[in-house]
Amino acid sequence: MEDIKALYDAILTGQEKVAREVTEKALAAGVEPLKLVNEYMVPAMDEVGRRFECNEYFVPELLISARAMKSALELIRPLLAAKGAQPVGRVVIGTVKGDLHDIGKNLVAAMLEGGGFEVIDLGVNVTPEKFVETVKQKNANVVAMSALLTTTMPAMRATIEALENAGIRRQVKVIIGGAPITQKYADEIGADGYGESAPSAVTLAKKQLAATA
Amino acid sequence: MNKSMADLLARAPVITDGAWGTELQARGLPPGEIPDVWNLTNPDKVIAVARAYVEAGSQVILTNTFGANRFRLAGHSLEHKLAEINRTGVQLSREAAGSSARVFASIGPTGRLLMDGSVTEDDLRAAFSEQAEAIASASPDAIVIETMSDLGEATIAIKAAKATGLPVVACVVFDSGANKDRTMMGVTPEQAAAELSEAGADIIGANCGTGIERYVQVCHRLRAATNRPLWMKPNAGLPRLVAGRPVYDTTPEQFAGVAPALVDAGAAFVGGCCGTNPDFIRALRARLKGGT
Repeated sequence: MEDIKALYDAILTGQEKVAREVTEKALAAGVEPLKLVNEYMVPAMDEVGRRFECNEYFVPELLISARAMKSALELIRPLLAAKGAQPVGRVVIGTVKGDLHDIGKNLVAAMLEGGGFEVIDLGVNVTPEKFVETVKQKNANVVAMSALLTTTMPAMRATIEALENAGIRRQVKVIIGGAPITQKYADEIGADGYGESAPSAVTLAKKQLAATA
Repeated sequence: MNKSMADLLARAPVITDGAWGTELQARGLPPGEIPDVWNLTNPDKVIAVARAYVEAGSQVILTNTFGANRFRLAGHSLEHKLAEINRTGVQLSREAAGSSARVFASIGPTGRLLMDGSVTEDDLRAAFSEQAEAIASASPDAIVIETMSDLGEATIAIKAAKATGLPVVACVVFDSGANKDRTMMGVTPEQAAAELSEAGADIIGANCGTGIERYVQVCHRLRAATNRPLWMKPNAGLPRLVAGRPVYDTTPEQFAGVAPALVDAGAAFVGGCCGTNPDFIRALRARLKGGT
């Protein structure tokens, strides 16, 4: 069915309506849901990420592609769930305590959703206790933290310590990002990974989970 | 543009000011606290920053009102103080400026993106009108809309500011793309020049960014794309983190050394953003005005 290629293009160019239509048609024609995800949708988002990394795409393109991806995924997810398939991972995301910046965190959340993750967004100024409580409640396996201020970075360390004290540090992979964050800082505070950009967060989260499996 | 602004421009290049946040931190503003609230709680420290810039030779100083919009203030449970924070911010700068400098009141972005659905155009319109009106009630000489990335948000802010009748400066941040000549939203200098002018800004330009060198080319491109006077307030480069604190490597002399190129490229207003301080303004003054 040559029309499915249009799904790749629709996600790459951020055409939400087209992405849904092509997905609906393909599913009605009996195309395997997983085939749509793995052969068209995920590669399209990978290409979006690549274009962002090499400065061909900017934030608006990232957002509309992630929106198209999410919209098409909403049609497919119930079918996958009916077959017992789980989301790629369950992420609890938030900007850390004391920090009210949410643009970067929202971008990462959108990209993770586009990447097939279930995302629980706790917003900004999230306390270590709130992260811990939500990980327990939702049985999450990834914690993603954002900080834009050098002065709020220490809250990342505090959150990791809170996860340790609650005995759930080994249940989750902790990934961090934000303007002042570096790989060195991630190593220093015992985070599992650092992502330099929103698309890189998806690759990072997948790699971390694969390392557990 | 009013006569007072025309008089000022006749003496271009006009020296503006440098960073405020770091200057307030040096005077004890605790990490994580919104600087704007200090207009009410530590007015003497805010005046001290303004005065330091006037003494260094700033002909235009801004106000400590960059984040005093309803979204940012609500994050600190201060939205009920919005009018007072903005009004006082203008008054404090005015007190420091006396007859030596003009006061341009600062309006920064809301921190929300229209595109990710976290805010609507109506929300932004209401927020910017509220802040612009509060600012205008204290009669600054102009309003500066700064550090914008999204032209949609900038346009709404410009219109709200213009509605007060004050002259309006609008500037964006070019810090993205391979050559760091795009905003986070991918906007080019040409697009910014066209849309900010179209929205009614009297003066347009760029602030923050990735250092003064790259802004010379940006300034050339803005100049080619608009006939409005240009406002340039680059930062002192990108900081390195040393023991968890940002350190800027650009010196005042290096910064001022590039300033003539910025003026040649068409800048009418020159000052600094993050990482700059009164020493940078003194160096600018010496370089561009012969130390008078």
